[in-house]
Amino acid sequence: MSATLKAPLTVEFPFTRSLGPVQSAFLTGLRERVVLGVRTGDGRVLVPPVEYDPVTAEEIRDLVEVAPTGTVTTWAWNHEPRRGQPLDTPFAWALVRLDGADTALLHALDAPGPDAVRTGMRVRVRWAEERSGAITDIACFEAYDGDPVEPAGHSGEFADPVTGIVAPARLDYTYSPGRAQTGYINALAERRNVGERCPSCRKVYVPPRGACPTCGVATAEQVEVGPGGTVTTFCIVNIKAKNLDIEVPYVYAHIALDGADLALHGRIAGIPYDQVRIGLRVEPVWTEGARYPDHYRPTGEPDAEYDTFKELL
Amino acid sequence: MNREIAVVAFAQTDHRRTSDELSEVEMLMPVLHRVLEQTGLKTSDIGFTCSGSSDYLAGRAFSFTLALDGVGAWPPISESHVEMDGAWALYEAWVKLQTGDADTALVYAYGKSSPGSVRDVLTRQLDPYYVAPLWPDSVALAALQAQALIDAGGTDEPALAAVGARSRADAVANSHAQLRGSVPQGEYLVRPLRTGDCSPVGDGAAAVVLAAGERARDLCERPAWIRGIDHRIEAHGIGVRELTDSPSTRLAAEQAGAFERPVDTAELHASFTSQEVILREVLGLDDRVRVNPSGGALAANPVMAAGLIRIGEAAARIHRGESDRALAHATSGPCLQQNLVAVLEGDPR
Repeated sequence: MSATLKAPLTVEFPFTRSLGPVQSAFLTGLRERVVLGVRTGDGRVLVPPVEYDPVTAEEIRDLVEVAPTGTVTTWAWNHEPRRGQPLDTPFAWALVRLDGADTALLHALDAPGPDAVRTGMRVRVRWAEERSGAITDIACFEAYDGDPVEPAGHSGEFADPVTGIVAPARLDYTYSPGRAQTGYINALAERRNVGERCPSCRKVYVPPRGACPTCGVATAEQVEVGPGGTVTTFCIVNIKAKNLDIEVPYVYAHIALDGADLALHGRIAGIPYDQVRIGLRVEPVWTEGARYPDHYRPTGEPDAEYDTFKELL
Repeated sequence: MNREIAVVAFAQTDHRRTSDELSEVEMLMPVLHRVLEQTGLKTSDIGFTCSGSSDYLAGRAFSFTLALDGVGAWPPISESHVEMDGAWALYEAWVKLQTGDADTALVYAYGKSSPGSVRDVLTRQLDPYYVAPLWPDSVALAALQAQALIDAGGTDEPALAAVGARSRADAVANSHAQLRGSVPQGEYLVRPLRTGDCSPVGDGAAAVVLAAGERARDLCERPAWIRGIDHRIEAHGIGVRELTDSPSTRLAAEQAGAFERPVDTAELHASFTSQEVILREVLGLDDRVRVNPSGGALAANPVMAAGLIRIGEAAARIHRGESDRALAHATSGPCLQQNLVAVLEGDPR
């Protein structure tokens, strides 16, 4: 058996998030070099601020400015920064309780090495040069041995508040489809369609996924199916998808390949879209260098009898 | 609670660093077959099926629907899924059995961490406004918790290393474990945590069968009765929490009846050595309690299945007559954010 296929898979998305009144004030404040907390019913100041008291679940909106100076409550030395982290040189992760706050904020702490960091050490915010209203407007914390900086008592009202953030997320994977689908994809490269037969119910599944979804047992016996097949149902697509180089309208169909007990999906071409019908006999059309059929076209045979494919609808 | 419900069977894969020759369903299926074989049940006999997994590990939407092929879901079955560790799927199944709607349940969970970087993947469960944009990885957050514990005098690095060493020594008796025997404590990943303080990254799956009342006695010689089960959650912001404590574990344990009588065994879902120290303290486990005889998550930590495995391992000890009253714990989220505790008992001997 050939080796399992592998391919890089990147999942990337710019999450666009709206902000409520409290988060908007906090992030706008960072843009203006002001750190805001929120006061709970029992007088505690939470930084970063949240909209609901984590103890009582009461809505809280009483914004209060705290100092850009504070104390490390715990830390961890990160000698190998990872992609997306605030600094690309070794740094400490730190929870910092800013002066005037009762809770701690997580961020990076720039320091020459772990020996320069300790719980209880005094730090201050180092602002990013360009600020947009995001947690990354704090570039990091840095050691600070001066007096606490007295906050100006900002009200939390800003002329031009930030109302949303865009938080890009990217994760990289090495995707492997496993044994059964590797067999299917490799066969496609030779312009063959293979399924797998269930040892229990004897049905042939294509594409195979290594399990019979009816019996819940492993499938292993490869069976060549097609190349011809029968349209079991179809729809006419009238909306052009972005980046898709296919003229609309086109027909998307379920096709039961000869010898298969499950219909697969494919596009029908080589026939006017309004002449595609259930029972139409089709065959795959391969284009040069492609790893799968580009589309299916009519074979010219008479339509299949309904009884021959009614179990596959 | 009025219905007696027990874990009657448990099976798991051999957990490995990578399993890329197998799709998720190919990895899961043998486990489903083994757990059903233990009871003699067929899929069609099962009243309710519930699974736990995460699309973020696979990098694909609705990945659990493909895994369902391994169950044999035709004719249609009563099925549900949680995007969480399978321990929470077990909780849902337990509730379903409590309603009387079903007498048996199949619970399974799986996770393949090998396709991606689990340290980065887990950052996506963090607060998306203030924390996730900084990409603090799961080891970094655990290291903050470990340092807080060291500062509070709750442990030190040699004590943490001893926890890891004991876990892997115990895992020698567990053929499914990924790390067994002597494992170097290694270099710092994020100080103060070294490689040996962290659970291995790996792929694996697990399944249990639950049954109610007499049905459980029919299916299993010595059922592991769930005497109590509860789960609790703490504030999302880790700067709001007291990291050296785990009040949600304590509350869940209280509600599950864990403190009513001593347990003889505890399977704790501690993915980091420092978390075991915190959990032992919170649960009041002294040296008389056998903690993680399986080796625990420090020997095998298939994400999304490791919590369910704790319940399965605790139950299996009762099945084998090695325990009479066991505690099983599962966790989720950064720094022990969410915690589930189940108390299992065998019939008196």
